Amino acid sequence: MSSATMKVDRREFLKGAAAGATGLVIGFYLPNPPEARASAAVPFAPNAWIRIGTDDTVTLVIDKSEMGQGVVTSLSMLIAEDLECDWKKIRTVFAPAAKEYANPVFGIQGTGGSTSVRGMWTPLRKAGAQAREMLIAAAAEKWAVDKALCRAEDSHVIHTQTKERLSYGSLAEAAGKLPVPSDIKLKEPKQFRIVGKEMKRLDAADKTCGRAEFGIDVRQPGMLHAVVARCPVIGGKVASFNADKAKAVRGVKHAVQISSGVAVVADNTWSAMQGRDALEIKWEEGQNASLTSAAIGKMLEEGASKPGGAVARKEGDVMAGFASAAKKIEAVYQAPFLAHATMEPMNCAAQVRADGCDVWAPTQFQGVNQMTAAKISGLKPEQVNIRTTYLGGGFGRRAEQDFVIEAVEISQAAGVPVQVTWSREDDIQHDFYRPASYSRFEAGLDAEGWPVAWSNRIACPSIMSRFFPGSVKNGLDESSVEGAADLPYAIPNILVDYQLTETEIPVGFWRSVGNSQNAFFSECFVDELAAASGKDPYEFRRRLLQKAPRHLAVLELAATKAGWWEALPAGRYRGIAVLSSFGSYVAEVAEVSVDMKSGEVRMHRVFCAVDCGRTVNPLTIEAQMQSAIVFGLTAALKGAITINKGRVEEGNFDDYQMLRMTEMPKIEVHIVPSDQPSGGIGEPGTPPIAPAVCNAIFAATGKRIRRLPIRSEDLV
Amino acid sequence: MAIQFTLNGKAQSVDVDPKMPLLWVLRDTLNLTGTKFGCGMALCGACTVHIDGKAARSCVTPVSEVARKKVTTIEGLSTDLSHPVQKAWIELDVPQCGYCQSGQIMSAAALLAKKPRPTDAEVDDAMSGNICRCGTYQRIREAIHRAAQMHAAPPRQKGLPETKAKKPGETAAMAPDEPATVGTDAGGAE
Repeated sequence: MSSATMKVDRREFLKGAAAGATGLVIGFYLPNPPEARASAAVPFAPNAWIRIGTDDTVTLVIDKSEMGQGVVTSLSMLIAEDLECDWKKIRTVFAPAAKEYANPVFGIQGTGGSTSVRGMWTPLRKAGAQAREMLIAAAAEKWAVDKALCRAEDSHVIHTQTKERLSYGSLAEAAGKLPVPSDIKLKEPKQFRIVGKEMKRLDAADKTCGRAEFGIDVRQPGMLHAVVARCPVIGGKVASFNADKAKAVRGVKHAVQISSGVAVVADNTWSAMQGRDALEIKWEEGQNASLTSAAIGKMLEEGASKPGGAVARKEGDVMAGFASAAKKIEAVYQAPFLAHATMEPMNCAAQVRADGCDVWAPTQFQGVNQMTAAKISGLKPEQVNIRTTYLGGGFGRRAEQDFVIEAVEISQAAGVPVQVTWSREDDIQHDFYRPASYSRFEAGLDAEGWPVAWSNRIACPSIMSRFFPGSVKNGLDESSVEGAADLPYAIPNILVDYQLTETEIPVGFWRSVGNSQNAFFSECFVDELAAASGKDPYEFRRRLLQKAPRHLAVLELAATKAGWWEALPAGRYRGIAVLSSFGSYVAEVAEVSVDMKSGEVRMHRVFCAVDCGRTVNPLTIEAQMQSAIVFGLTAALKGAITINKGRVEEGNFDDYQMLRMTEMPKIEVHIVPSDQPSGGIGEPGTPPIAPAVCNAIFAATGKRIRRLPIRSEDLV
Repeated sequence: MAIQFTLNGKAQSVDVDPKMPLLWVLRDTLNLTGTKFGCGMALCGACTVHIDGKAARSCVTPVSEVARKKVTTIEGLSTDLSHPVQKAWIELDVPQCGYCQSGQIMSAAALLAKKPRPTDAEVDDAMSGNICRCGTYQRIREAIHRAAQMHAAPPRQKGLPETKAKKPGETAAMAPDEPATVGTDAGGAE
């Protein structure tokens, strides 16, 4: 989710997301009786996140979705720091859908926008400190001494004079009977023994032996498996269907029409797929039946040609700036639609009963899932249990409701627990895509080559007008211009405007959202200005970032580590880019070579510098930077979703390709030490890589890549 | 007619459509869900298992083809995370979302069974059929070399680091003069 989604009015949000998915909002969701709460077996549960048993086990409730970004570990670190518990005694469970687990940034339970650590830093540390104080109070009572004589360490309370020790388990019952303190003191950063340290992932073992349960792995007694035939044309519907042949397939039990198409339910997924192949369906293709990528490109181009867009940023007077300029530079950039292609295809399991509904989902948006399932099943939200599994990748795709809607509808129609599984083709062809975007630039340089005017018009579809309509004001979707409107360079006259241009292709949050394309546009165009003024692209940026110290620091660190001024082996070239997103600052230097005969681009090394404020887990930061770079690199080198006759043309990893081991550059990650509040880490590494690579390609070939993905035909 | 094979060391018999891919027999018939579905076309490697010790894509292997053969899945690689590849994966903190890792580990284990000390190029080659959307490739590379080292070293003895497996988080500088074919050049890790 975009940073622009933050602080969205809750009612506005419900009007948007939930209404879009379920038609009508019944009311704000109510808490389940959370399994996370205290029970007889768990004597000490002082708040929503901590349970301590008499056996010393510390169970932490993780209320964010684990999709690889490491929240099981990082959120546990935040709790454990102030709880002073033994790291080895920690177990984790995923939170049910409940009000106390609402994301403090969104006001509703969900994971996105690189908000997990940022949003939970204070609540989780307080939760840990609260529990610690209660355990200390329980020990003080037992010893009949002042609390000041007790301290906590490694899941024990220690009597500082007698050196006696009482384990947390032995104190759990007594602590559970004490009032929850409100005035608690958090540790000072210099006292940290967990936060900021390299902690190994708590989920690594489960993920190396096949034991980690993803949504697709959910197995329930009597559960059947379903696949859905959906209209290949975006927006199309079922006109009629005949399931006789499908039902004749061995293992097929039901064929039912649901809102998204025709579901075939069988005793295994493969039989359901065979059954789906045997369906005879007449589609009502609807208004998009002749839509093509070329037509969409034209819509965006026309959008970017129209003056009078929503103003995203205006400083000074660009017209006056252009009038004073010695040189004017113009360029047009384009980025395609992209699919998320999580390794785990979309799926969900549901069981609708008369008195309740269970949903097992690899989901990023439990709060809305609960309302969605309630609306479909006619149950009250509190009768819907959302059981979050591990997510085999999320990237924003699992903030959507479609896979949950299907599972609930099919279970309701078939009257049994059902797991719906999407094939890879379903997943790629029925996504909510990263918006295609068109960006028109004009800039003026003075006689010394420094920019005096920057004008940028962006045309692209809006994600927010479906998700959070209230956040789109005067035609401005801030997520469409993030990474463009917040240009950090000191230029006296700036105008960035936006033409909201809908294309009929559904769009959604895709790792780093608008930054993913806007960083490519802006950071390549800045590079064009440097070249036009005959200046080194790193020095050019440095000079213009003198008043942006955190941008400057990562830029300098990345350049230093890359040895910007040192010679490279023959044939290798560097490019640089910098961007701030989700509260963090990232600069990347890419080293590439280009085969001038074939146009093949080869990646060698990437030097990444990141300032994400105070670090929680450097191992996770390194992993997320590598991950985000690979994600952005895959898109830059290979990614494009194209449309023909209203259909997505790509379907699997043969025509929608992923970066593979043989193409993997070596990546160095360097972290800027900081005592600023933590920034996001899941997304900010993605935006700078495409421009860093394209700028390196310019250094190598003198050719500007102004449309993604990078095509060999643009280089030979 | 029932199809018989050895699954993770035990005799297994299934009565299913012989054309049904092994992947779905494992996941849906036998509820052995560690082996993952990713593409259904042998393009991503998430479904990798060992058939008679060799890495195979179970999503395109009809179950009839494994009759009387030995099938090992991630669940059978070890019962206690003791396989060197699993140990190295945990030591180097490889998984992120984790979905592709069963397949990655099975491919890596098959590689090491055949080539106990693979070069970077051999690692890249053997692993190029396994996609990781989280981009854990760098740590996978390091972990395979680490596993090779563990395999070679006698137990309890920390083997001499002939291939310098870099600890994740460590940001050792890379020599600028390394060969232009980084990633496929023969030689040690990192």
